[in-house]
Amino acid sequence: MLQLIARRFVFALVTLWAVSVVVFTAVELLPGDACQAFLGQMAQGQRLDNCRSRYQLDQPAQVRYLKWAKGLLAGDLGQSIKRDKPLKEIIGPRFRNTVILGLSAALLGIPMAILLGAIAALYRDQRVDIWISGIAIFCMTVPEFITGTLLISFFAVWLGWLPGIVIMRADAPLLEVLSNIVLPVITLTLVMVAHIMRMVRTSMINVLASEFVLMGNLKGLPRWQLVLRHALPNALLPAINLIALNIAWLMGGVLVVEVVFNYPGIGRLSVNAISDRDFALVQAIALLMASIYIGLNLIADLISLLLNPRLRNQQGAG
Amino acid sequence: MTSLKLILTAIGSSRSGLLGLSMVGLHLLFALTSPWLVPYSFDSQSEIIGHIGPSFQHWGGLDTLGRDVLTRTMLGGRQAILITLLGTLLAVSWGGFFGIVAGYSGGRVDEAIMRCIDIFLAVPFMIFLLLIIATYGNDPDVMILTLGFFYGIGVVRLARAATLEVVVKDYVLSAKARGEGIYSIIFREILPNVRDVLLVEAAMRWSWMLLAFSALSFLGFGITPPTPDWGLMIASARIYLPLAPWPVLLPMIALSSLIIGINLTADALAKSLGLDRITRTVI
Repeated sequence: MLQLIARRFVFALVTLWAVSVVVFTAVELLPGDACQAFLGQMAQGQRLDNCRSRYQLDQPAQVRYLKWAKGLLAGDLGQSIKRDKPLKEIIGPRFRNTVILGLSAALLGIPMAILLGAIAALYRDQRVDIWISGIAIFCMTVPEFITGTLLISFFAVWLGWLPGIVIMRADAPLLEVLSNIVLPVITLTLVMVAHIMRMVRTSMINVLASEFVLMGNLKGLPRWQLVLRHALPNALLPAINLIALNIAWLMGGVLVVEVVFNYPGIGRLSVNAISDRDFALVQAIALLMASIYIGLNLIADLISLLLNPRLRNQQGAG
Repeated sequence: MTSLKLILTAIGSSRSGLLGLSMVGLHLLFALTSPWLVPYSFDSQSEIIGHIGPSFQHWGGLDTLGRDVLTRTMLGGRQAILITLLGTLLAVSWGGFFGIVAGYSGGRVDEAIMRCIDIFLAVPFMIFLLLIIATYGNDPDVMILTLGFFYGIGVVRLARAATLEVVVKDYVLSAKARGEGIYSIIFREILPNVRDVLLVEAAMRWSWMLLAFSALSFLGFGITPPTPDWGLMIASARIYLPLAPWPVLLPMIALSSLIIGINLTADALAKSLGLDRITRTVI
């Protein structure tokens, strides 16, 4: 068991290292460097050389990668030439905001999705299921920027209950952030609930058709006990990994949602960084998002290891 | 031809599948013929500049610049559909090929391919999509290649899993015993048997790619104005939504109906083929 957990950890670290190489190389391969982007029209001759030697861009790529990686290990993300600030200061508060947004959506969405998925599975192909599944398909297929816009015009413009777009500094206090995130959270939650609910539904349908549920039924267990204590935990097990993957995937959606609501998070920052060609910032954000993905996957793996007694003895699993 | 007929009958046998298929079919037909159907030119402006509601001359009203919304909506899906269709084709081709090779070869080749896929899956593709488009421009070929690459990563996993179920079958073994080459086995024995899985996956990828493409347009990295595009139309008109809903609603209905249609078709196809697509991940 411990050996298996250790193996997963090592595997995650190796993947993270490889991703850092891929991210660095990919940005390196693009034409132009940070100094050219920073100087723009003036990027020629002595000025360009000075800038490059000042930020050590004249060194070979592998030397710069090692320096970057060393800094990362020490918790130093590097320096943005364009913004003339340490990246940590730029990313820090915005990362916090995105985490607040994502976490709120997950805390709201995951229980709701599990509940709806279970209900839909229990009343499969009946009216409740058709309604829930139909709305889920609709939520999955409408782009986030449309949902966001519709929510803004309904709650902010028509009813005037909530602020339409977020106007706040990136490092605003927690209370101010929380009062601003209602609409962005709803937008994210809708998509998330739709995806996870469909998985839970399928998984639950499979479990409900299995023999141990039939057995419980024949034994005369109360229905709620059968569903809550026997069927649901078994249905959630295969869904854990998928939920983790989904949350990581939603990071892509966060990008759009943050732009729609003008929310000062890491997604909007990455769009700005790309428009400014601030390569150091793009690299740092890309690596940060990759580590979130890898971390979530690791957590999901560990949870399913802990929950599934059959996996505990399977030494070769992975 | 018979296999195509079989697939179509399979989809059409359920009500939602028939609905989805006809929605997709209408969209494709429209995309092909709309240049000859539109009442106005996509960039011709009316003398009245500003938002005008639906009227007899302009069924869909006018947008901020006085252009006919109906015309632009009818034309707005052509680029998106073409680029995402070719992108999907590319994604499923390369992803399917490497997945089958990995599943068939096993051992070191399999290990090497799958570790690469694990790494690529962790790379946040939206950022790199934007970065590549920002650097190399938004030409259709750049978009097709990048979208096709990033959306093919997940296909590798899926194709490998489907292949692993097939390689143990007797007909593959007997093909090996006949001394057939790897490409002959891949294309004549394995591919026909994982085709259904890839087909359902392709439909799903297509709908996700359409969503991503509209998001790109929305963020300003997609189609260049004044070329009509649904995502772009929604993005530019959405701030006026409470005052003038029609320039947003029309392209929105067009985009959503296409994506819903693809989803319904894929669901029906998966159901009739006995595949369970909902438990698959989005990546």
